[in-house]
Amino acid sequence: MELSYFPGCSLHATAREYDASTRAVCAELGIGLTELDDWNCCGSTSAHSVDAEAARALPLRNLRIAEEAGKAVMSPCAACYGRLKAGQAEDAASDSIDVCHILDVLDTQESTGLLRGKVTNPLTDLKAVSYYGCLTTRPPDRTGATDYENPESMDRLLGLAGATALPWSFKTDCCGAGLTLTRSDIVTRLVDRLMRMACEAGADCIVVACSMCHANLDMRQAEAARDHGGEYSLPIFYISELLGLAMGCADARWWRRHLTDPTQLLRAKGLAA
Amino acid sequence: MAPALGAISPDPALLRGVEEELGQKIASCFHCSKCASGCPVAFAMDVQPNKVVRLVQMGLKDEVLRSASIWLCASCETCVTRCPNQVDIPAMMDVLRQMAIREKAPAADPAIPAFHAAFLSSVGKHGRVHDLGMLTTYKVKTRKRGDALKDAGLGWEMFKRGKLRILPSKARETKQIRKMLREIVDRI
Repeated sequence: MELSYFPGCSLHATAREYDASTRAVCAELGIGLTELDDWNCCGSTSAHSVDAEAARALPLRNLRIAEEAGKAVMSPCAACYGRLKAGQAEDAASDSIDVCHILDVLDTQESTGLLRGKVTNPLTDLKAVSYYGCLTTRPPDRTGATDYENPESMDRLLGLAGATALPWSFKTDCCGAGLTLTRSDIVTRLVDRLMRMACEAGADCIVVACSMCHANLDMRQAEAARDHGGEYSLPIFYISELLGLAMGCADARWWRRHLTDPTQLLRAKGLAA
Repeated sequence: MAPALGAISPDPALLRGVEEELGQKIASCFHCSKCASGCPVAFAMDVQPNKVVRLVQMGLKDEVLRSASIWLCASCETCVTRCPNQVDIPAMMDVLRQMAIREKAPAADPAIPAFHAAFLSSVGKHGRVHDLGMLTTYKVKTRKRGDALKDAGLGWEMFKRGKLRILPSKARETKQIRKMLREIVDRI
């Protein structure tokens, strides 16, 4: 499979480990990624909050480039994915190219078939809750998701990687997203609840498929625990990092980019040196 | 004696204006409050989501545009996903925020539009957001808040881990983006 790759701003900066692990996993599964030439920011929450034209024009410029490239465009960031989808919804002419999220690409019969044969380092004993956040599935009339109240694609992938995906009720609750700088009080309250619920479910870690979710859960959990009297410290993994780990193509540099250090957990489970 | 009612000045054109920009009828909301009960930030809002719809239906423009709620909506899309009438509240919040900027209504929490301006100003410069530049602009814009150093420690931790680029990642052909975003940022 050959795809255009839309990393978005965060995968070039705050979420570089998501970029590196996405590339590693896709290479392993025979999914060719060509970074979209000269891509621009999707506009994120800021554009659609303040100007309808900017909210339309920013994703559409990317969609036009993707059209020229002639391949479906995949974004690992749920927020970018959402904005590209929203751009398509506003302009019927931009509909010729498929826009997909990394989970759409990984949770297919073809990819899971390949994955099954490539798990050399099963994540046995790792208990995870999968956290989809908002924009991987919502709004369903734009994303096409049918299981938007209880998505299971990451749970399936984790199962194939040998981990235990635990059930919990907070898969699609919001982390506070773009309020993180302006209203970190709101974000830490939401993060605190997610962390507590993940612990209550018995999880060792939380698995995400969005750079915004990762940023809030990984970077704000210490502050959330302090402000709300929580006692938790759970590593937050991108789904691509854990699949890479299971397929033996993980890079120790990924873990060094996390604020909540995952190496202790990985060592305890015999998954890292 | 009945309590005195405060003077209200409804704007009968508000509902029609919002519906036109939205491309959808929000008069169909019958206030089941499903949006308010599932909203993750409702606890911080001054007006619950369905009540924002109600204020629009009633034409109470000042009350709507000055509410904190229009800025606090995180666009998580939970409400519209569950709404029995498919009222697109997140899109309505966008329309109201844009209206508040156009009409220069004072934002209940000015840091939020200031953040959007800082973000878009960075995208205007590079075609992509550059976190360090955006953070600096945001902190300068909101210096009166007195929390300029909040998150400085977090920033340092990010920097140490290579999460903050010193030099921006840039798109090449950004003339149009720059022009469009500069005009928008100037208005906020």
